Amino acid sequence: MRRAVRTEVLLWVGQRVSAAVLGVAVLIHLVTMSYAVRGGLSAAEILARTHGNVGWLLFYGVFVLAAAVHVPIGLRAIAHEWAGWRGLGLDAILAAVAAALLALGWRAVWAVYA
Amino acid sequence: MSSSVLGVRVWRGGATGEFREYEVPRRESQTVLDVVTYIQRRLDPALAYRFACRVGMCGSCAMTVNGVARWTCRTHVAKVVVDDALEIAPLANLPVIRDLVTDMREFFDKWARAKGSFAPTATRRDDFAVVRPETTARRAADAAIECIGCGVCYASCDVVRWNPEYLGPAALNRAWTLANDVRDGARNARLAAVAGDAGCHACHTQMGCTERCPKELSPTASIAGLKRATALAALKGEL
Repeated sequence: MRRAVRTEVLLWVGQRVSAAVLGVAVLIHLVTMSYAVRGGLSAAEILARTHGNVGWLLFYGVFVLAAAVHVPIGLRAIAHEWAGWRGLGLDAILAAVAAALLALGWRAVWAVYA
Repeated sequence: MSSSVLGVRVWRGGATGEFREYEVPRRESQTVLDVVTYIQRRLDPALAYRFACRVGMCGSCAMTVNGVARWTCRTHVAKVVVDDALEIAPLANLPVIRDLVTDMREFFDKWARAKGSFAPTATRRDDFAVVRPETTARRAADAAIECIGCGVCYASCDVVRWNPEYLGPAALNRAWTLANDVRDGARNARLAAVAGDAGCHACHTQMGCTERCPKELSPTASIAGLKRATALAALKGEL
């Protein structure tokens, strides 16, 4: 029981921390994107600049990690509140959602880097 | 004062019932509690309502006045009347016993579930504790301590309405007061009791409680404090 309480609170902390990371990351992402396309850069030209750039690799790696933490915890709260759905079945599905977001996101980040 | 007579609609019955209309003479500096008292004493002796101190200390006379939860003894008619009319109903989010009287048991049971009672660490042989008023913890306790348990925040909270398990603003505000009491010995057990989706983490920060609290407290700030305190305790492995 005590362990369950601690887990709930740590999930809440995880969502708050990931929200703070996402807040900054989304801003940088949008500003950079708008700036990059203003001069008319093509996708190929953008990829040429990101290939081999460890800075962007780390930035988007962290971005994906924050999203993979934030989304399932948020969906879990919505499922609890709006559908009254809770329990191991829900948590297993959301763990799979987190793993899928992480795998697909990091795969895309790697494609932008390599 | 635009008219010498007030048209007052008052809830009669229990969970099901109807509004009954009364005409009450308008008086200067008249409170909503004065209006309800007039109806019971002069027009309809069967009307059930609750009050005690009449001066905003006891927290027993809260009702829904024109759709808003208020302490009726300190609410002047002039402040809330619309077109010389008042609608007075029991508090929301609580079972109605009869007319304007609600069953407050669940409200106060939740204070107990939030471990809202002081857990002493000293004995009668110990000296008085010295708590300096300027310390951060004491200031946080002071900011939340004037709650009179009227239930206005509880009746004004949408999360209470959606989630009957939610402890509610008053119980959590009380827990925050005690979490800041350096003499108390049950801090971690209390933080564990108020964590989770029936506790402080269910709050949506809509601030209905803070908007309506007649004592101008901020249960929202107390709940935010509990979120911080439970997070720190969880990270330290104390929960």
